[in-house]
Amino acid sequence: MYEHLETAESSENLKRVAVDPVSRVEGHGKVTLLLDENNQVRQARLHIVEFRGFERFIQGRPYWELPVLVQRLCGICPVSHHLAAAKAIDQLVGVDPDNLTPSATKLRRLLHFGQVLQSHALHFFHLSSPDLLFGFESDIGKRNIIAVLNAYPDIGLQGVKQRKYGQEVIRMVSGKRIHGTGAIAGGMNKSLTKAERDYLLEDVDQMIRWAADSVALIKKVHCSSLPFYDEFATIRSNYLGLIQPNGALELYHGGIRAKNDQGETILDHFDYCRYNEAIHEEVRSWSYMKFPYLLSLGKENGWYRVGPLARVNNCDFIDTPMAEAARLEFKAHSNEAMVHSTLAFHWARLIELLHCAESIKILLHDPDIIGHDLVTQGEKRFEGIGVIEAPRGTLFHHYQVDENDIVTKANLIVSTTSNNMAMNESVRQVAATYLSGRELTEPLLNNLEVAIRAYDPCLSCATHAVGKMPLQLELVDAEGNLVDKLVKHNDGTIDRHA
Amino acid sequence: MPKPVLLLACGNLSRGDDALGPLLLEYVEAHCDLSEIELLTDFQLQIEHALDLENRELVLFVDASVSCTDPFELTELEPAQDNSYTTHAMSPAAVMAVYRSIKKQLPPPCFLLGIKGESFELGEELSENAGKNLQQACRFALSLLSHTDVAVWRQQADSRHPLAGLGMLPRPQDLMDA
Repeated sequence: MYEHLETAESSENLKRVAVDPVSRVEGHGKVTLLLDENNQVRQARLHIVEFRGFERFIQGRPYWELPVLVQRLCGICPVSHHLAAAKAIDQLVGVDPDNLTPSATKLRRLLHFGQVLQSHALHFFHLSSPDLLFGFESDIGKRNIIAVLNAYPDIGLQGVKQRKYGQEVIRMVSGKRIHGTGAIAGGMNKSLTKAERDYLLEDVDQMIRWAADSVALIKKVHCSSLPFYDEFATIRSNYLGLIQPNGALELYHGGIRAKNDQGETILDHFDYCRYNEAIHEEVRSWSYMKFPYLLSLGKENGWYRVGPLARVNNCDFIDTPMAEAARLEFKAHSNEAMVHSTLAFHWARLIELLHCAESIKILLHDPDIIGHDLVTQGEKRFEGIGVIEAPRGTLFHHYQVDENDIVTKANLIVSTTSNNMAMNESVRQVAATYLSGRELTEPLLNNLEVAIRAYDPCLSCATHAVGKMPLQLELVDAEGNLVDKLVKHNDGTIDRHA
Repeated sequence: MPKPVLLLACGNLSRGDDALGPLLLEYVEAHCDLSEIELLTDFQLQIEHALDLENRELVLFVDASVSCTDPFELTELEPAQDNSYTTHAMSPAAVMAVYRSIKKQLPPPCFLLGIKGESFELGEELSENAGKNLQQACRFALSLLSHTDVAVWRQQADSRHPLAGLGMLPRPQDLMDA
């Protein structure tokens, strides 16, 4: 492991390099490197530079506003927050997950599969495929979706249309692209009409074919670059996620399963309503983002990874046939019980994309999806916990309300927070392996971003005003003097200011 | 067939001045004949929005802007491969470039109505200055949408003082009362 690079001794004598912000991840992150006089990396950290204030945003609001309100926490995965909040407020109205009507449960699952499909498609085709298809240190002018569309027009167009299809699933189920009110306390507020179902069925077979093609593509990319792809940014870790009672991959509802790096079980079918008995969060002075860990293993050894790699590693099987066949190939490529390659996140993500496409088809053919029994009622409770597998990993929403239904306490653990320690470890692995002793250049620094990007982190939310997207790389000496600076402008041009 | 004019606003209602785009859309929805105009809103632009440009005659993107020098600005856009390709939130010009790559043809005439904003924190209300800018931008948008002619929009985009020539320049007190 590379924890020795978290904090350097005598840092006042070291040069500082900042990659700020990290691009092609959601929000604003910053990587700082401290180098000695021989350009050897002595310290590497991924910082989160924005304080989110989620809990303060939610507290004081009536609980029934939450499914809509929390969508505004994130412009990339609003549906994930919507569904996690809905599961929590189900409990506030006295409805447990197993008591939702079949139609409500299946509509929520359909909504969630649409969300995961569009999110995974965006991440692979738009954000990651330029690195994977052209090379991590390729010309910066090539590392974008337009270059992919020009060089691989079929692949690029499939990415755009898969993303669009996922958005259409969301629109059909929740009534709007954003700010939809599909899920409400105790169920759903609208059914799917036959016309809406038939509209989505028109393209679903094409989506399955394209998803299968994308799995074949990532397998080819990964396996044609071995052992590099199995080693780049790779760390050994624990893995955590939801699981079905029969051990199948689960994205919407299940118990918590955690395994260690040997594939040995730490937790299994653990009730997520008791999550705070198993998971604690540590605060470190240099980052706004917390560091969660499994209590039974302690702060040093209890950190874990979530998201596609964790889910595909943890499950015993996938309950759709093409994705299951892809999972078996994925596991077979490794000689270990768990696949630890950080770049294998991409492969696992596309296996899930295929699973989502297959699952959408199955649900669209289920008569319950156009059923009208949508809401269950129960007796009020004062605490609710909702957990789902968001595209980036396990997402926890925990609320307490008073007798007037006002939220008095809110706690959210978002997926990226769970991957915080792992992303830092991957950054340190790349810094130590590929950067030490070399002159720093933009392509070289992109290696750091490739490592972070594999996790598909969501570092911030939907602020995006025009003109706020510069990328700067700065090299500062021990006295704080600017030694070198690269500035990437909004038009993609790069200036060097020595 | 989609409606010939698309108004596509970006922003988050719960992030202070980031709400400017969606709020302008709400104003247009309440005050404008929408028989020829489609309204769309999203948190941020992404690759699939290129498909929303298909079969349009005119497109108006609306967004909060930190780089506006005036309360609002109208700009005609060209497809551009800018740095926004590297983020989850693309620029309108980048969306146009995706359209050009997919369709192998130029996108329809696209304009950006930028409204000056200054504060974008989660849970914030619209700032006072942004509220004033929004009022002016709303009036301008209504005037613009009553002339869905690309020549008129280009004239407005070229003008240092939008609304000149439309004959509908509102008085300052009208803007304050809006």
